[in-house]
Amino acid sequence: MTSTHAAPELSYLDHKLAMYRCQVALRQFEQRAYDLFLENYVKGTSHLSIGQEAIAAGVAAAMRPTDWTFATYRGHAHTLARGVPMTPIFAELMGRTNGLMAGKGGSMHLTSVEHGMMGSYAIIGAHLPIACGAAWSAQYRGTDQVAVAFFGDGSVNIGAFHEALNFAAIWKLPVIFFCENNLWMEYTRTSDVTAVANPAADRAAAYGLESIIVDGNDADAVYEVTSVAIARARAGEGPSMIEAKTYRHGGHSRADPGKYRPDEELAEWLLKDPIPLYRSRLLGMGVSEDDLLVLEAGVDAEVETATNEAKAGDVPGEELLMKDVWADGGASWRN
Amino acid sequence: MAQLTFREAIARGIAQEMRRDESVVMLGEDVGAAGGVFKGTVGLLEEFGDVRVRDTPISEQAILGAAMGAAMTGLRPIAEIMFSDFFAVCWDIVANEIAKSRYMTNGQVTFPLVIRSGNGGGLRFGAQHSQSVENWAMMIPGLKVVVPSNAIDVIGLMAAAVRDPDPVIFLEAKALYASKMDVPDGEIVDTLGSAKVLRQGSNATVIALGSMVPKALQAADELASDGIECTVIDVRSLVPLDTATILREVSATGRVFTVEENPRLCGWGAELASIIADEVFYDLDGPIVRITTPHIPLPAADALEDLAIPSVERIVSTIHKSMNS
Repeated sequence: MTSTHAAPELSYLDHKLAMYRCQVALRQFEQRAYDLFLENYVKGTSHLSIGQEAIAAGVAAAMRPTDWTFATYRGHAHTLARGVPMTPIFAELMGRTNGLMAGKGGSMHLTSVEHGMMGSYAIIGAHLPIACGAAWSAQYRGTDQVAVAFFGDGSVNIGAFHEALNFAAIWKLPVIFFCENNLWMEYTRTSDVTAVANPAADRAAAYGLESIIVDGNDADAVYEVTSVAIARARAGEGPSMIEAKTYRHGGHSRADPGKYRPDEELAEWLLKDPIPLYRSRLLGMGVSEDDLLVLEAGVDAEVETATNEAKAGDVPGEELLMKDVWADGGASWRN
Repeated sequence: MAQLTFREAIARGIAQEMRRDESVVMLGEDVGAAGGVFKGTVGLLEEFGDVRVRDTPISEQAILGAAMGAAMTGLRPIAEIMFSDFFAVCWDIVANEIAKSRYMTNGQVTFPLVIRSGNGGGLRFGAQHSQSVENWAMMIPGLKVVVPSNAIDVIGLMAAAVRDPDPVIFLEAKALYASKMDVPDGEIVDTLGSAKVLRQGSNATVIALGSMVPKALQAADELASDGIECTVIDVRSLVPLDTATILREVSATGRVFTVEENPRLCGWGAELASIIADEVFYDLDGPIVRITTPHIPLPAADALEDLAIPSVERIVSTIHKSMNS
């Protein structure tokens, strides 16, 4: 590992263990979120990142606390990876006052500004130009903050994607466009509706950017490639686009069992599950099985505690309904 | 005191705020080197430089997305959408993102930004470059909507919009860009959400917005010579809405006419009619009458456009007919 500047206080091994713990936490969180949906604690829709944890963990490890994440509606993992505790996220999914946004946003809009989590955006592509704006602000104010915008493979055919790429390129903005290519749009295979084989990377040249493809199931590889892109952005060398190949183990959303996908495709990707792969790597480096079991048990306990704390939250009432449309805290539109 | 056109007032209002606050930046298509296609931003690039006044590609989603991202991280952008009709290609950023994100995040973010746009007809540009879209914005919770009708108000309301912590849609009536008035020297700062009573009369209250305000005033002059004395209110701000002034003036005359450039359905006047009927119904002496463009796309031909948009003659004849029936 050549680049560990994002976590200089961590030793090489601690850094790897932290990325492993992050991935396990994302997996356990998402599995519990699904269970809570089945138990009718979680209402509405939710989009899980099971299978894609290496991306959230690897990118977050390469970021500084002052950097900004702009995620999609599939944003639980990115929110957790930026350091937001589990309890307010579970509570948000359950619509409780102890939720991250007191229940007013829900699963698809997780936001924690104090953690640099600048929002989860549920309209495909919209947040790419918004991330450009944050990057422009950093550039204008002379900070070295970087914005990272995650998006799915389905986003590459919408106008906002192309507008944002061109805009970031011409203004040399410190923004990373990170494509989580899980091969499937919603129910449609992205390659069936996309003119190029690598939906994001093959478009990079159109905006004068390098084509970068990474194994999205390898947190170390994700961390490495992201670190390089972030360093470039901080140095004023402009945006990068990274396409990570990955796979969601489940359906698009809670309502989708994902049956349209061939069994053999799913089986092949389950063999590439990022978490067992990373676990084996750690064992190969000399980390003991016992240490990993302790780490994993710690995550189990964290999920359990957070679930209970979230369930104990109050159901929001009218005092929240008319709050915070405007900066003055209210919702008044007339005198 | 200097005589300024409406379009010159825009640049003066923006310059006033950019001199005061370094976090105020501007972006849009042709706003810098060209000074704006309607010449509303002439001189700003020269005074403030290309770091603060930025020309953009034709990318309305990028323009407004960038304004939003900048506003949520410490800047106060003024973005231009050249023609308000083009809101249709970036309405996601306006209606879904800018308007809702503060509420959805339980108040974690604010969006101190202004979106300026040339609005409305009168220039014979046809159906896609002439719409009055104030009602598109008015119906979205989370957006403030300002429509000035003269140069002094342009400066003062621009200052108020820039200083406001919430997103403001600032619609400039294209038909008024060339209109002139004497404008005092020095800083001008107005207040959002305040309607203005421009003329007081005892027989009817005429409520107008933007380009319809000078027409309403002229109509009131003509009606006065026929013995009908009208109060004329310039609404100026649809959100927040100064219902106190409007209801007070309506109650004083007992008759209400709205003059709206927008097509008929769901115009701001319909909302006002509803509020008036709800709250001061028993002060009314007759029906509330809306004078609007018919519910059609605007035609290009000058003769047809003039038939469509409320004219002084139509305002006068409508009020006459209604008051004498």
